[in-house]
Amino acid sequence: MTKVDFKLIDSILEKYGCDKSKIIPIMQEIQAEYKFLPEAALMYVADKIGETYAELYGVATFYKDFSLNEKGKYVIKVCNGTACHVRKSDDVQEALYEITGMKPGDYISADGLFTIERVACLGACGLAPVCTVNGVVHPQMTPDKMRALIMDLREAERS
Amino acid sequence: MKRMIIDGISCEFENARNVLEVAKQNHIDIPSLCYCESLSVYGGCRLCVVENERGAVEAACTMVPKDGMVIRTNTAKLRKHRQMILELLLVSHRSECTTCDKSGKCKLQEYAKRYGVKDVRFPINYCKEPIDNSSDCIVRDPSKCILCGKCVRMCAEIQNVRAIDIANRGSSSIVSCGFGRKLADSDCVGCGQCAAVCPTGALMIKNEVSEMWKAIYNSSKSVAVQVAPAVRVGIAEEFGLPADVPVMGKIVTALRMLGVDYIFDTSLTADLTIMEESAEFMEKLKNGDKLPMFTSCCPAWIKRVENKYPHLMPQVSTCGSPMEMFGALIRQQYADEDVFSVAVMPCTAKKAEAKRPELIKDDERLVDLVLTTQELARMIDEAGIDFAHLPDSEPDSPFNTYTGAGVIFGVTGGVTEAVIRHVLGATTDESICKIAECGVRGLEGIKAFEITAGDVQLKIAVANGLANADKLIEKIESGEEFFHFVEIMACPNGCIGGGGQPSACQVRKAERYEGIFVADSECSLRSSEQNPALDGVYKLLRNRAHDLLHVHYPDHKAE
Repeated sequence: MTKVDFKLIDSILEKYGCDKSKIIPIMQEIQAEYKFLPEAALMYVADKIGETYAELYGVATFYKDFSLNEKGKYVIKVCNGTACHVRKSDDVQEALYEITGMKPGDYISADGLFTIERVACLGACGLAPVCTVNGVVHPQMTPDKMRALIMDLREAERS
Repeated sequence: MKRMIIDGISCEFENARNVLEVAKQNHIDIPSLCYCESLSVYGGCRLCVVENERGAVEAACTMVPKDGMVIRTNTAKLRKHRQMILELLLVSHRSECTTCDKSGKCKLQEYAKRYGVKDVRFPINYCKEPIDNSSDCIVRDPSKCILCGKCVRMCAEIQNVRAIDIANRGSSSIVSCGFGRKLADSDCVGCGQCAAVCPTGALMIKNEVSEMWKAIYNSSKSVAVQVAPAVRVGIAEEFGLPADVPVMGKIVTALRMLGVDYIFDTSLTADLTIMEESAEFMEKLKNGDKLPMFTSCCPAWIKRVENKYPHLMPQVSTCGSPMEMFGALIRQQYADEDVFSVAVMPCTAKKAEAKRPELIKDDERLVDLVLTTQELARMIDEAGIDFAHLPDSEPDSPFNTYTGAGVIFGVTGGVTEAVIRHVLGATTDESICKIAECGVRGLEGIKAFEITAGDVQLKIAVANGLANADKLIEKIESGEEFFHFVEIMACPNGCIGGGGQPSACQVRKAERYEGIFVADSECSLRSSEQNPALDGVYKLLRNRAHDLLHVHYPDHKAE
C-alpha cells in the first residue's frame, strides 16, 4: 500500500490555488509523484477543492493516462498504432507477457517491477514497432530484443 | 407569438426551451430517453431526432425553435434511426421484462414496442457489474442502465449531492459512486429522485411489498398502517384518476380490502409535530438560542445535515418526523398486541429513517416497514382491486381526526404554513386565505417572507430540493440573510414530488399541489391545535411524550 504524503498534496494544491478547474494538472502532478493516483490522495483532494468522490473518480477514470492502480517500477508502453501493428507489435507484447509472467488485465507483475500498457500511438511510426520504458524509447523491437531488455532490467535490479 | 410547423400542424410558441417542448405543448409526443424538463439538456440518446424540409436530421432536445421552422417527427428515415438506436440500446440492456419491477413503466420497453423493434441482430453485451443492494432506499442494477445520465444530472443539478457520476469512457462507461463504492457508502441521502427519473429498471425503489404480504398473511400479527398526507394525491394517477382530487377515502378502503387491521392518517401526527415544533421554536426564540431553527420532518434533509452540515445539527428541530411520532403512538396504543407497524410514504428516504437506531424505543422499532406510494399501488394491483371505483372509508379511531394543517405537510411550505396557522391562531377560511398570501405558497425553489406574530416580525424561508437548500444555507452562513425559521424538503415541490411517488411531470406535480389544498379545504378543522384527538394522544403518552416524540441525532458523523 502506497503511503500518501499529504503535505506534498497540500503543496500541489497550493500551487493551483485549490482551483476546481485545475483538477487535471493537479492529478497529473500527483501521478508524476506516485506513478498512479492513490485513492487516499484523491479523496483528500476532493475534500479540499469541494468536489465529490464520484466526480473526481469520473475524471480520473475518463482519461487513459490516469491510473488508479499501483504501477510497477518500470512502466512499459507497447505501441499498437497502425505502423507498429503491421510490424507485429502483438508479438512483442506477447513476449513481454510471457517473460514477466503477466496476463492481459494485470496492472503490475508479481515482483512489482513491471507494468505493461498497450497504447494507441507513441508518434514514432518510423521506428515501428516501438516501446517505451519509463519514457525511454526503444525502437524496432522484436520479441527477442524485448526478452533481453527485461532480463537486463532484472539484472540491474539485482545488483 | 412565433409559429412553427410540426408534422403539418401549425404550432405557436413563446420562449420554448427547445423543439421538443414546443411539440409537447402541442400534444405531439417525440420519444426521448435522456431529456427531462427540470434538468440540463444532454442530447445523448438521439431518439428525439426530427427531420427538416431539406432532409437534415437533428435532435429536437438541442434544437432551438425558430419562427417559421418546418419539421417532421415521424418520417421513414427517423423511424429507421430510432429502430436502430433502440436495437443498440436493447443489446446493452439486460432485458428481463417479465420479472422486472419496472415492466409496464419502462420507457425503453415502451419505445421498443412503439417502434416495432422485433428482433435484435447484435450480440447481447450488457454491463456485468453486480446489483448494488446496499442502500435501504434504492436498488441499482447497472446491467439495465442505458447511460442516459438523468440520474447523474438529477443528483447534481437538483440535489447537489453528486453521489453518482459517469465513470470510465466510451463503451466501458458506467454510472458509479466514487471509487466504485456502493450507494450505502456514498453521500447518497436516499431521496430517490434518481429512481424517479430513471427510464429503465436501472435505479429502482427497494421493493418491500413481499414483507407486507407476509405480515398481512400472518394471522398472529395485527397490521397497523399509517398513510402520509402526500400519498392521497399521488396514488390516484396509477389508476388513471386525476392528480388534483385527493383519494384518502379510497386508500383506506383499499387497505381494508388488502387485510390491514388498523388504518390511520399520518396527518394527525403532523398536527402533533406542529404543536411540538411550535413550542420548541417559541422556546428557542424566547431563550435567544441560535436561529434559524430548521425543520426535521424530511429524512433526506437530516441525512444531508449529517453528511454536509454537522455543525447545524443543534439548530435542527428535535421533533421526530410525523411518521416516527405515529409509530410511537401505535406502539403505545397497542402495547399488549403484536402489531406490525407500517407507514405508507411518498418517500424512499423514510425506508432508511425507519431503520435508524434513534427510532428504536424500548428495544423495538417504531416503524417496522415503510412502503412507498408506488409499492402500495402495486399491492392494490396485485390484489386485483379496482381502485378507481372504490367507495370511501374513514380511518380508525381513536386516531381518526386530523386538521388541514396536518394535510398540507405534503407540499413545500406546508409545515411552515401549519406553524403560522398555529402561531397566529388562524382557524377560519378568511384568516387562512390571508396567510396564503404572505408568500408561503407556491412551487418556487426558495421562498423568503416575513410575518408578524404579536410584537415580533418573523423572517421565514422555505426551500425544496437540496441544491436550493445549499444556496439558502450559503446565504445564511455568509450572514447575507437571517431567518428565524427555515423549512427544508429534499424533494422538488416537497413530499408530493417524493421519490416514492409515481413519476410525474411538473404539470402533474402542480396538480398534486392543488390537490393537497383541496384536501385541506375539505377539512372542517384547519389549525393543528383544534385537533380533538391531541388531548387523548398526550394522555396516552403520559410522561413519555418528550422521550417518544423527540429525537436527538448525533451532532457529528462518526469519523
